[in-house]
Amino acid sequence: MSGQSLFARLEPLLPRVRRPVQYVGGEGNSIVKPWDAAAVRWALMYPDAYEVGLPNQGLQILYEILNEQPDVLAERTYSVWPDLEALLREHGLPQFTVDGHRPVGDFDVLGVSFSTELGYTNMLTALDLAGIPLYAERRGESAPLVVAGGHAAFNPEPIARFVDAVVLGDGEQAVLGITDVIRAWKAAGAPGGRTELLARLARRRLVYVPAFYDVAYRPDGRIQAVTANRDDIPARPTKHTLSDLDSWPYPKAPLVPLAETVHERMSVEIFRGCTRGCRFCQAGMITRPVRERNIETIGAMVEAGLRATGFNEVGLLSLSSADHTEIGEIATGLADRYDGGNVSLSLPSTRVDAFNVTLANEFSRNGRRSGLTFAPEGGSERLRKVINKMVSAEDLVRTVSTAYAHGWRQVKLYFMCGLPTETDQDVLEIADLAREVIRAGRRASGHRDIRCTVSIGGFVPKPHTPFQWVGQASHEVTDARLKLLRDTVRADKEIARAVGFRYHDGRPGIIEGLLARGDRRVGAVIERVWREGGRFDGWNEHFSFGRWESACAAELEPLGVSLDWFTTRERDEREVLAWDHLDAGLDRDWLWADWQEALRETELDDCRWTPCYDCGVCPTMGTDTQIGPTGRSLLPVVGVSAGSPVVTGPVAAEAAEAGAGAGPAGDLRLDPAAVGSGTPA
Amino acid sequence: MARRPEGPPPPPVVQRVRLRFAKRGRLRFLSHRDVARTFERGLRRAAVPMAYSAGFSPHPRISWVGAAPTGAASEAEYVELALAATVEPARLQAALDAALPPGLDVVGAVEAEGAGLAERIDASRWVVRLPGVAEPELRGAVAELLSRDVVEVERATKDGRRRFDVRAAMVLAVCRAGNDTCAILEMVVRHTTPAVRPDDVLTALGVVAGLRPSVPPEPTRLEQGRLREDRTLADPLAPDRNDAGRLAGRSSA
Repeated sequence: MSGQSLFARLEPLLPRVRRPVQYVGGEGNSIVKPWDAAAVRWALMYPDAYEVGLPNQGLQILYEILNEQPDVLAERTYSVWPDLEALLREHGLPQFTVDGHRPVGDFDVLGVSFSTELGYTNMLTALDLAGIPLYAERRGESAPLVVAGGHAAFNPEPIARFVDAVVLGDGEQAVLGITDVIRAWKAAGAPGGRTELLARLARRRLVYVPAFYDVAYRPDGRIQAVTANRDDIPARPTKHTLSDLDSWPYPKAPLVPLAETVHERMSVEIFRGCTRGCRFCQAGMITRPVRERNIETIGAMVEAGLRATGFNEVGLLSLSSADHTEIGEIATGLADRYDGGNVSLSLPSTRVDAFNVTLANEFSRNGRRSGLTFAPEGGSERLRKVINKMVSAEDLVRTVSTAYAHGWRQVKLYFMCGLPTETDQDVLEIADLAREVIRAGRRASGHRDIRCTVSIGGFVPKPHTPFQWVGQASHEVTDARLKLLRDTVRADKEIARAVGFRYHDGRPGIIEGLLARGDRRVGAVIERVWREGGRFDGWNEHFSFGRWESACAAELEPLGVSLDWFTTRERDEREVLAWDHLDAGLDRDWLWADWQEALRETELDDCRWTPCYDCGVCPTMGTDTQIGPTGRSLLPVVGVSAGSPVVTGPVAAEAAEAGAGAGPAGDLRLDPAAVGSGTPA
Repeated sequence: MARRPEGPPPPPVVQRVRLRFAKRGRLRFLSHRDVARTFERGLRRAAVPMAYSAGFSPHPRISWVGAAPTGAASEAEYVELALAATVEPARLQAALDAALPPGLDVVGAVEAEGAGLAERIDASRWVVRLPGVAEPELRGAVAELLSRDVVEVERATKDGRRRFDVRAAMVLAVCRAGNDTCAILEMVVRHTTPAVRPDDVLTALGVVAGLRPSVPPEPTRLEQGRLREDRTLADPLAPDRNDAGRLAGRSSA
């Protein structure tokens, strides 16, 4: 009886909720496989609203890879909004998948992908709705294994009690490995129960199982040690690193949502990893080394994806896309291929140099040149040395001048506030930069009507970075600096109207900081916040700082620690950090040395260009930077003229009139899967 | 600094095709914007030779006529496509239907002839299933509604909250029993501004007779067209279809 669709019971509730379309499934390229034929069944969750979760690349990749296995079934589930949550509870319905509308509790595995720590409370909602006990230790034999992954899971300690296992790093091979172990264990009659299954997964170095590690604390509240409580598992679980991305060109058939989502485009990941060495950037540290897809694979993925989806926009994704060794050829090649075809291309454009503008120009030959985004991150030259973002004010002015001269009408600048060693003066220099940018734009364009948007995010120190030891700036400090900056810009007649400000208050960043660098004691805070109604903490309208603050007071202070202790307190070199027993490949001594270099305002080169193994990733993981140029080229697209969907061959009706069957060039492109090759003439 | 798109202007429109499509099953929860987006992607996947607007962000030239509300199913939605190459409507229908998700089904395609599609549509025929409502209860409420001259309801529209009359738009309302626990309301409603939707009629039944279904009703639009004197609706594609018949005769010759 397991795996039954709940849709008939769900359907009458849907007219009563906001945007019901997000719960019905049926997206293009979604898959519903027969339940009984599957040996291993995965429910994959993105713990945020459907509109945010659906475009997530990680989940789409795993969904496709798992479903390609003949005896594996994977379905997706997302967080339900409070209106549907209330109705599900009222009618006794569980958390369900959007593909087969099956109860999440019926699956073998619930995989939860965390891009941000603010999704933790949403995981608890899903577990509770699914009827899965919140604590791993209370789960019976029939409950799914709850497996966390994603960037935030590189310090899973705050959710250690709620998850059975954690995947560190790239998921592609890990999910297949986990599937193999589960398949064999089930086939053998589930010997030894859950504990034996988890032990097998841990022994194979596939996952980190928090329950197999004990944490001891010192009287002052700091961690004494984290030690394995079994001798058959690694002392330090390590991250997975996928090499040869060209062999893993996923997603091949991206999902096409029916509902509106936050990214209405197709994405192709052009490389993984980044070695720019920005010291604040967790993604750049934990995804090392750089592994490029070559131009040929990228070209094929773009074309296949467009055909499979009907999207009209393609984004070339990575942590710093302009750094791909073949990016110039890729940009020109794709722009040529889709010229006149009503397909637009985009590159997350944050690198501050003129080459980036050249790329953006290629991608917008016939398109609108609305906005370009650059990320100097730090307001002053000094601060940019601290964070290792090697951009000078002259670079920025030169780059934006080029952009405005080429018809770009708006420049967006990203900064952070609350960076280590930051003073009021560093933040005020953002206003100076904005003034320079506006002046440069007016000069280059000959217009006074120039816009520059300044977006500022609060800096949150993250694990596995050189800044993992720093004291986070309090939200009072962050807010005061942002107010000072805003008042300064407003008071400057020359630029007041040309500069737009985007920033958030500093309080959500403090909670993100708590969850990012918290240890197992923070789990009780998450649970209390959730029990008191905490949901969708990444959304302003749902986030309640007061609820987090009071939960911290109730759960942490009796233990002699506090919200401040976890966030604004600076750690020393020898303190055991909650995530030290998890190996992201980075050498701890190197991270500390780099933090000291930061304090000395010393910059560090990119090892993509200057060979360097100091961070430790390549030697310890047995991996290496994989970059081009490969000498390959963009392959021509066959079957469609210049990639355009427009049929230009003989006209079907006329061909029919002439007594001949319509030739292939006159055929409408039919979906072979749905119709077969027999085109009616 | 003022840039203009380089290259030639987009190809001209050489043909217009009118489609009738259905919005069925779980896809009835699509809003009009969802339908439009899904259509545009389906048209690209099917490589339909759409004509595009000029400018920096060219859009495929698609003219929508009305739209069933979110949550309402329909057997009779209409759209007109402007094409840059001539195609046989039946083949366009097959290709597009295959490229759209099941539940968004193209059920008719004709080459456009003569007057605008919108001018051929001024009323809809709906059927509304009312689970949990007994037929006599519905019959009484409908009789009460029809006996009034004016029954106003209030609803949030895109222009804010508006109060408008439902009764004047009601052309015909027939009740029958689906089974013991489900009454069925069939009705013809004139298109007014703002449009009187099935949920407005149900609100009106609540106003006049206190009818308040415990389970959400399930409305389906069966037909759209010009209202005839006998209160039936004229098929809006019939005039084109006569012409398409001529085309079909030509191609089979």
